[in-house]
Amino acid sequence: MIEKHTIIVTVLNSVGVLARVTGLLSQRGYNIDSAIGAPTENPDVYKISLVVSESEEHIEQITKQLNKLVDTIKVTDISHKDNYIIREYIILKVLVNNRNRTDVFELLNVFRAKPLDVAQSHIIMELTGGPRKVERFIELLSPYGIKEYVRSGEFAMAEYQPTKKGEKNGNQNVL
Amino acid sequence: MNGAEILIDGFKREGVEVLFGYPGGVVIPIFDVLYQCEEIRFLLTRHEQGAVHAADGYARSTGKVGVCIVTSGPGATNTITGIATAKLDSTPIVVISGQVPTYNIGTDAFQETDMVGLTRSICKHNYLVKDIAELPRIIKEAFHIARTGRPGPVSIDIPVDVAKSRLKNYHYPETIELPGYKPVLKGNSKQIAKIGRAIRKARRPLLYTGGGIVSANAAPQLLAFVEQTRIPVVTTLMGLGTVPFDHPCYLGMPGMHGRVAANYALMECDLLVAIGVRFDDRITGPRDTFAPKATIVHVDIDPAEIGKNVHTQIPVVGDARQVLEELLAEVDYQIDPAWLAKTTGWKKQYKLEYQDSSDGEIAPQQVIETLNELIDPNAILVTDVGQHQMWAALYYHYRNPRAFLSSGGLGTMGFGLPAAMGAALGNPDRPVVCVCGDGGFQMNIQELATCAINRIPVKVIVLNNSYLGMVRQWQDLFWKRKYSQVCLKRSPDCPPDCRGPREDCPVLYTPDFVRVAEANRVHGLRAAAGGEVRSVLEKGLALEGPVVMEFFVKRTQNVYPMVPAGKPINHIIMGEAA
Repeated sequence: MIEKHTIIVTVLNSVGVLARVTGLLSQRGYNIDSAIGAPTENPDVYKISLVVSESEEHIEQITKQLNKLVDTIKVTDISHKDNYIIREYIILKVLVNNRNRTDVFELLNVFRAKPLDVAQSHIIMELTGGPRKVERFIELLSPYGIKEYVRSGEFAMAEYQPTKKGEKNGNQNVL
Repeated sequence: MNGAEILIDGFKREGVEVLFGYPGGVVIPIFDVLYQCEEIRFLLTRHEQGAVHAADGYARSTGKVGVCIVTSGPGATNTITGIATAKLDSTPIVVISGQVPTYNIGTDAFQETDMVGLTRSICKHNYLVKDIAELPRIIKEAFHIARTGRPGPVSIDIPVDVAKSRLKNYHYPETIELPGYKPVLKGNSKQIAKIGRAIRKARRPLLYTGGGIVSANAAPQLLAFVEQTRIPVVTTLMGLGTVPFDHPCYLGMPGMHGRVAANYALMECDLLVAIGVRFDDRITGPRDTFAPKATIVHVDIDPAEIGKNVHTQIPVVGDARQVLEELLAEVDYQIDPAWLAKTTGWKKQYKLEYQDSSDGEIAPQQVIETLNELIDPNAILVTDVGQHQMWAALYYHYRNPRAFLSSGGLGTMGFGLPAAMGAALGNPDRPVVCVCGDGGFQMNIQELATCAINRIPVKVIVLNNSYLGMVRQWQDLFWKRKYSQVCLKRSPDCPPDCRGPREDCPVLYTPDFVRVAEANRVHGLRAAAGGEVRSVLEKGLALEGPVVMEFFVKRTQNVYPMVPAGKPINHIIMGEAA
């Protein structure tokens, strides 16, 4: 079964490391839905978030091959883990007219999206959220006419995990 | 010290004895240092591809890291095939390429190519040295990465200004810090115990071993394990020699051109203990038909190999030698001899057979069989790629690891002669024989001059059928005998729809290999009839220095046994009659 997987690759911050990681996937015939690479709090370490739609077997092979890269420190497939905060950032341009502008603003408020540019014919807005929130936002705006959007792709961070068994609710997002 | 001096100092510290290479504009600073360097022998090849295959042949035969140095641009791209060859067969080489100065990178400067980009998918790891301060660490890491874990090629691209610039307070690093690179050598003991239990339960266990045994120098442990347990064993092309050809438990090489007994054993076994192999499609056939009755154990140093091609029930990540040593303690008894008897029975029943041509034509197999009688048992045999490679793999009497060298994974024509040259430099006291076809021999034939001038005594056997025989064989069996562009005698005068050798075929072969040999001041000998095979081999092997022995063999001889592509490996064509 083909499923969307978010894979976090922690690598050494070396020359061309993003190309090395993305090149490895294309070299073995896998398509990348999205890839973000950026430095971390440690200047020697770089994190790459990949979203890949593949079967479970292929994902296993992908993570093994990624692990094999000399620069790779850690590979985590977070798709079936509930202790990760996953976010995506999106900028959209939606067509509006005098009749439906208020409806669009109402949606913006509900989703806590922020208008960046408001004109007679369109609104440009930004939104940050988990994968489902972003998808739903696009879905609800599409009847108005989405002129264009750009997405960052997904990135993620592990939540605090208690090590003692006694602590309850450790896996639930407290906010 | 400047960058070039640091590089050569690094070579010495890493134990490099021989360099293979070819100079060019941006590596002059490095060659300038080599000019005064007496500790390292430099072999100037006639083509960069020759240099990289020679480094590979040196590495395969000695187990040490092979090193070559080439210039930027065309020099660098000429090594690509050789790097990919080393990658697919997991051999440790370090390829140094020059690069245009850092301030010119990205400007399409003269002889600029993006070597890091080009080699990314065919290297174990690669480097572009942008700062002289990084050079000592990179050299240290490159050799470490090439030779440890699953060995492989490492490329270092050095811009000319880095090679010329000076580094104050140079010191070669003592330690390596690679937080993401820690090959697992010791197999999980619980998993190894599981293998032990699986062998105890199995009725028909089989060992399937390959190049991982060679890389781990685990042939003695494998032999000890086979002798202790009497489990029958098959070895892949890359593993030939780890078990002697005549060992009583040995069934031969399996796969597309494998021995019948080896293929039958794979299909019939109920426990397959795979060590240092990668379930290549030339071994397995369609993967869903492979070893259908077996529980599969897979031991490999590379975790990514496990489960890549076939589903594995007992995986063990570890070094073949360490795992085999533990297994030796775990399985200290002999298995039921009935299974061994059955498999070796197949070996006796399905012998390798070929027809000695009655009309005096030379059977190519006959050349290998005669070679078996005459060759020094300590010799190294190197092959090129094609039909002759399979005849060598099937008929040659291999006895030692690292003594049957062949491009297995990539199947690189032109590998043979330069690899033999590298093996000869690494093993000056052992004879090196190279078996080629007439096609592959011409792909790096320029290295004959290198052998002649440097007195490298490679004995080249050319099995000349005037065809690109392996492709011709496929066209013969599966493409309605449409021999498209496989005849090396073909001229514009030939009929367009030629269906094979005819009365009016051109008589002469171009080039005349004996004269090519002689033009290179190499001994050239030729046998055109079966009766001449022995005398030519006797004479050629006894001559000093490099020799080319050409054998005009039966043009239409196919390699058997053969499993057609896409068929399970027990669907075997045994020979012409079938």
